[in-house]
Amino acid sequence: MSRVDVRKTYKLYIGGEFPRSESGRSYPALDSEGEVVARVAQASRKDLRDAVRHARSAQASWAARSGYNRGQILYRVAEMIEDRFETFVSQVQVSDPDRRRARREVAEAIDTIVWYAGWADKFAQIYGNLNPVSGPFFNISTPEPTGVVGIVAPQDSALLGLVSRLSAVLVSGNTAVVIASETRPMPAVTLAEVLATSDVPPGVVNILTGHTDELIPWLADHMDVNAIDAVGATSEQRRRIQEGAVHNVKRVVFDGEFGDRSPYVIAAFTETKTVWHPKGL
Amino acid sequence: MEPETTEKTQVGTRKAEVVTPRIEWEYAPSRESTDIVEVADRYELFIDGEYRKPKSGKYFPTINPATEEELAEVAEAGPEDVDAAVEAARAAFEDGWGRMPGSERAKYIFRIARMIQERSRELAVLETLDGGKPIKESRDVDLPQVAANFFYYAGWADKLEYAFPGFRPEPLGVAGQVIPWNFPLLMLAWKVAPALATGNTVVLKPAETTPLTALAFAEITAEAGLPPGVFNVVTGAGETGAALTGHPDVDKVAFTGSTEVGKLIQSQLAGTEKRLTLELGGKAAHVIFDDAPIDQAIEGVVNGIFFNQGHVCCAGSRLFVQENIHDFFVDKLKARLATLRVGDPLDKNTDVGAINSRQQLEKIRELVEAGVEEGAEIYQPPCELPSQGYWFVPTLFTGVSQSHRIAQEEIFGPVLSIMSFRTPAEAVEKANNTPYGLSAGVWTSKGSRILWMADRMKAGVVWANTYNKFDPASPFGGYKESGFGREGGRHGLLNYVKHTGGRS
Repeated sequence: MSRVDVRKTYKLYIGGEFPRSESGRSYPALDSEGEVVARVAQASRKDLRDAVRHARSAQASWAARSGYNRGQILYRVAEMIEDRFETFVSQVQVSDPDRRRARREVAEAIDTIVWYAGWADKFAQIYGNLNPVSGPFFNISTPEPTGVVGIVAPQDSALLGLVSRLSAVLVSGNTAVVIASETRPMPAVTLAEVLATSDVPPGVVNILTGHTDELIPWLADHMDVNAIDAVGATSEQRRRIQEGAVHNVKRVVFDGEFGDRSPYVIAAFTETKTVWHPKGL
Repeated sequence: MEPETTEKTQVGTRKAEVVTPRIEWEYAPSRESTDIVEVADRYELFIDGEYRKPKSGKYFPTINPATEEELAEVAEAGPEDVDAAVEAARAAFEDGWGRMPGSERAKYIFRIARMIQERSRELAVLETLDGGKPIKESRDVDLPQVAANFFYYAGWADKLEYAFPGFRPEPLGVAGQVIPWNFPLLMLAWKVAPALATGNTVVLKPAETTPLTALAFAEITAEAGLPPGVFNVVTGAGETGAALTGHPDVDKVAFTGSTEVGKLIQSQLAGTEKRLTLELGGKAAHVIFDDAPIDQAIEGVVNGIFFNQGHVCCAGSRLFVQENIHDFFVDKLKARLATLRVGDPLDKNTDVGAINSRQQLEKIRELVEAGVEEGAEIYQPPCELPSQGYWFVPTLFTGVSQSHRIAQEEIFGPVLSIMSFRTPAEAVEKANNTPYGLSAGVWTSKGSRILWMADRMKAGVVWANTYNKFDPASPFGGYKESGFGREGGRHGLLNYVKHTGGRS
């Protein structure tokens, strides 16, 4: 008799823990044939607000770490995905059975994290500046993280799309609230399990599965979210995000002109601070 | 066990012994002549390289706020006029400005910079007449900075590929720019110089109370031979601005002004792919530690809030003084306030000029009344004000709470709210307790503390042991509800370019 396998419950990832939705709801995740492969937690408004609260609490200390330290922590995430390579491949295959494509996506996701990890202690050297002002002043500009960033993860590229958007946000010291791909949620939940056992502090990344259209208004209108990555959103969703952004002048990033890897995506989620000091005796 | 006293308040206590100067300084009038500038009776729109009567058929008056006399009437651009300006800008972009070699664009902008220097005195007088700012500021701050901005960005025009590694820059197209009345020509320079250097064309809407220098600048662009349509001016009020920012053929919107209007624009642009930068309001914290160079700090605080009548988005309007020197510092500040000369902006001795408009004066009055009603203690030095014009006496409030309106809302006038703190951590907490995040100031002799504070204050510009310094090479712009995007420096270029394809 063959062994009955133990199935995984796909839950939310908030503040370093794996709660079910407080609403008690879940929804079916389907494979490419339309068969139900798992039930996934369906996050509510309250789950999203909890996630923002945890992201806010974790932000200052994440940003206060050295770039060297953040870089190592992100590199560690790549190590741990590599370790579960086949798990991720099989989950990507749930929605796209082509095995070669799935392997390529997982490999590219790992390499993208490594690429971003290396930026952590270099980005400010590229994007910052000592400004030659006309006067006896020391004048320096340096990028700082924007704060709490909401990410509407790309729907189709459920793993690579997510890690590339997420890594760019984390590198500079932002914390994130992610709305995972609604139709392809499984890689995001498994990524959460990687993050939970990596050195990424609780609350730095929070991942919600559920109905994107339901969650977007709560994210867009939230007064304690500083920026939203809307590259993964539809044009209707993006409009709703831009409308909500008005309440507290959120930064909304919607152009994917830089692709999966660019220091200018890191830049989009930073604020440039310029400090002046006189020179004199 | 916690030690009983960990506060630093016992260190360096200074007694409040300040002698108010008793000398009555006599100042002979030293009035800048207005002969150098000829103000026309009527100004038209500047579209496609020429002055045009508005299709709206409407004109509005612009007044001298120091006398309440009408200086001129100015065309009010309606939607059709905005259409015409955007169309001209689009055509100029397609016809060659966007494709012109950067080295050629640069030479036009250098010409403009030179012509501004050449006509600097005239423009300074015009700025003071139309806006009410002291001539010594328009002459010594605004105009030199205006020319410097054009000079700085002219040099970038043929070096854009060196600005950001891996970034292949291309102009966006037509930029719609809306600027405020506090630094009319300087805000024009901050917006127009980088836009032109990067190969965009511009439709500019100056503030309705200060349109004259933008129209004079238009003449300079024509004299410089700038191709028609590259720079256009549509004058008018909020409706004109909204027609411009909402125009479907504008690719890029840049706005400097209040957070309230900035939010309206952000909302108007929702659902579009227009690029947007906002430089909005502020409520800057100015933090004075007990080891600060006090006399310099007093000058910094005065400059921070009374420069340009406090009509400055980055004004140091919340003063936090370490508790053990609070009384001493406030007494010295009051003594210094008594020496400020308020009055005729054209007088070269004037420190504080006219409030820009009746509307702004009423807003300042309303908030000052709220300060008194909410229980803060007001101080205003004895001060004679002219009988005509809009004026407000330099004002201090002590005993201010964090929740008072005068500690939370941008007053945009010569009004300073003073609070105290004990520890650096408390100073940071209070400084950041605002939805704004444009600028901040800190005064202390301790280098490590400057850097510690600068790291923690959520503000786009931090002035340490100085205040209100500006330079074309230095990026400026806010955190949080003070807006997004940076103007000035290398960073200022990014607002006006897109990256062309592929991994950078």
